[in-house]
Amino acid sequence: MAKPVPRESLVPGVDAGLARRLLGEMLLIRRFEEKAAEAYTLGKIGGFLHLYIGEEAVAVGATSVLRPDDFAISAYREHGHCLAKGADPRRMMAELYGRRDGLSKGKGGSMHLFDRSVNFLGGHAIVGSHLPVAAGVGFAIKYQGGDQVVVCYFGDGAVPQGEFHESMNLVALWKLPVVYLCENNRYAMGTSTERALAQTEIWKFGQTYGIPSERVDGMDVLAVREAVGRAVARARAASTPALIEADTYRFRGHSMRDPAGAVYRTREEVEREKQRDPIVLFRARVLAAGLLAEDDVRAIEKDVSDRIDEAVAFADASPEPPAEWLFTDIYTDISTEA
Amino acid sequence: MPKLNMVKALNTALFEEMARDPDVLVLGEDVGVDGGVFRVTDDLQRKFGSQRVIDSPLAEAGIIGTAVGMALYGLKPICEIQFSGFAFQCFHQIENHAARYRSRSQGRFHCQMVIRMPYGGGVRALEHHTESEEQFYAHIPGLKMVIPSGPRTARALLAAAIRDPDPVIFFEAKALYHAAKEDVPDESETLPLGRAQVAREGGDLTLIAYGAMLRVALEAADVLQTEDGASVEVLDLLTISPLDRATLVASVAKTGRAVVVHEAPRSFGPGAEIAASIMDGAFLSLEAPVRRVTAYDVAFAGFAREKATVPDVPRVVAAARETLAF
Repeated sequence: MAKPVPRESLVPGVDAGLARRLLGEMLLIRRFEEKAAEAYTLGKIGGFLHLYIGEEAVAVGATSVLRPDDFAISAYREHGHCLAKGADPRRMMAELYGRRDGLSKGKGGSMHLFDRSVNFLGGHAIVGSHLPVAAGVGFAIKYQGGDQVVVCYFGDGAVPQGEFHESMNLVALWKLPVVYLCENNRYAMGTSTERALAQTEIWKFGQTYGIPSERVDGMDVLAVREAVGRAVARARAASTPALIEADTYRFRGHSMRDPAGAVYRTREEVEREKQRDPIVLFRARVLAAGLLAEDDVRAIEKDVSDRIDEAVAFADASPEPPAEWLFTDIYTDISTEA
Repeated sequence: MPKLNMVKALNTALFEEMARDPDVLVLGEDVGVDGGVFRVTDDLQRKFGSQRVIDSPLAEAGIIGTAVGMALYGLKPICEIQFSGFAFQCFHQIENHAARYRSRSQGRFHCQMVIRMPYGGGVRALEHHTESEEQFYAHIPGLKMVIPSGPRTARALLAAAIRDPDPVIFFEAKALYHAAKEDVPDESETLPLGRAQVAREGGDLTLIAYGAMLRVALEAADVLQTEDGASVEVLDLLTISPLDRATLVASVAKTGRAVVVHEAPRSFGPGAEIAASIMDGAFLSLEAPVRRVTAYDVAFAGFAREKATVPDVPRVVAAARETLAF
């Protein structure tokens, strides 16, 4: 008979409160997006919808080491980052619906979520374009003598963009407190990293610029938490930037227009990767470690499910934005209506 | 009241605004140690230090993207792009980010920033070093597009642009940098953005110009007065976008005739929007079609043909005469 594994070694440094929070937040993101996908198929959400399902451990692990006054900024697959940073799921769902009670009064939509109250600096639809913006926020923090940190999420698709390299150079040159967190899910839409990158070990680009860099299992919320925790501590104490490559996988397609993601990857690959489901793995670990009981997990699931039902009801009930809002917030003080 | 050329007037505005507000920074290629390709940022780094006058790497998208991030946090960066023709490297940061954060976040974030770029002819150089691209920025909602016409308007408009909460594209005519000195007041002054000025009053025809073309228009007005006895009003737009339609319409309602002068190529340029605005607001006063004197619809023809490309006094006078005789 195998020697029993000491329980605490399954989840080092994690107490029941933290386990509940990490599991709850990953589940909140998962259920939020499952509902969003439903709403999309019902025509309640238009345009494009990029789901984060499978990658929840990255946002939740990273955010768990941030202070509320730290900043997060992201690309277009940002529902998870925004929720993890503390945005209200009701107002997020209303934003996805394009309704007036949305985070950006219905004007931003799925790819442009902003929440000033939790220092979430937005989703950005143009790949790689927010990386220098993160550097600028880092510069401003340092300039004002603050000790906040910026976490900048982006995908492997941003790496061949010039702005990735411009930003690595800038934060290294100017020593800015920015943690670049690459979610390598292996496909830029339908193009695999092997077909897009001369160097597929993305973390190595950081070494070129003299930035502390590492690769981490992005399906392990505790591993992400540890790696980002180290980087955030360095950034806060010494304004040292970092590049972390999280090895992750999206279970759904690139967007709802490509629901299966079946053309450019095999069914076997997707099924194999689903065995690494970060929520399933973490739930099993905290149960095995005795940190949470089945009843606790059921209570978390019930709470998440209630919150998502509320979010959907809130979005459904929120009115369409009035027509005159078309002309607001273009300039400070000028109406552009002719 | 000292006499300053436009370089010195702009430099004075930068000194004044940086002294006035510690959140104002200058960022760009060679703006610090070197003092800028046209010396507009000369001595700023010595006075304010390298944390506020920042020599950036040669990376236009990085410069503007970083400045957007600074502005999101509440700083007020002033970026220099060495020539307006280099800005396409960062165009999407301007068009897609700087101009839109306010709208996208419904006013919760905005970008108070100025992007300075030398533009236009006057240095006998090739394409990107000589072209005029104001039409691209004027077409973008959320941006203000400002072009001063001389030292005094340059200093006052740059101060206003730096204090304005919206992102401002600030074009500086290379032909004007050292062209003439003007009296500039001892005390800092501003001019309102979005307002044109009547540079010369007249009753028979309105010449509409901005930037380096203002001097061309004023000289043409002199010729028309002297040789034709025509009384020509000259408008100095100063802000291209948002366009001061009220001043345009009021002038043309009075004169009934208008000629627009700009260095940008003709098709889909500012002249087209100005002509349409006049049609909308002063159609029944018009005695002749609105004419345009512009660069041609060609890639800029290099230094040897600069004079043939940029509008000059004879071309403006000829267009005005045709309009007066219509």
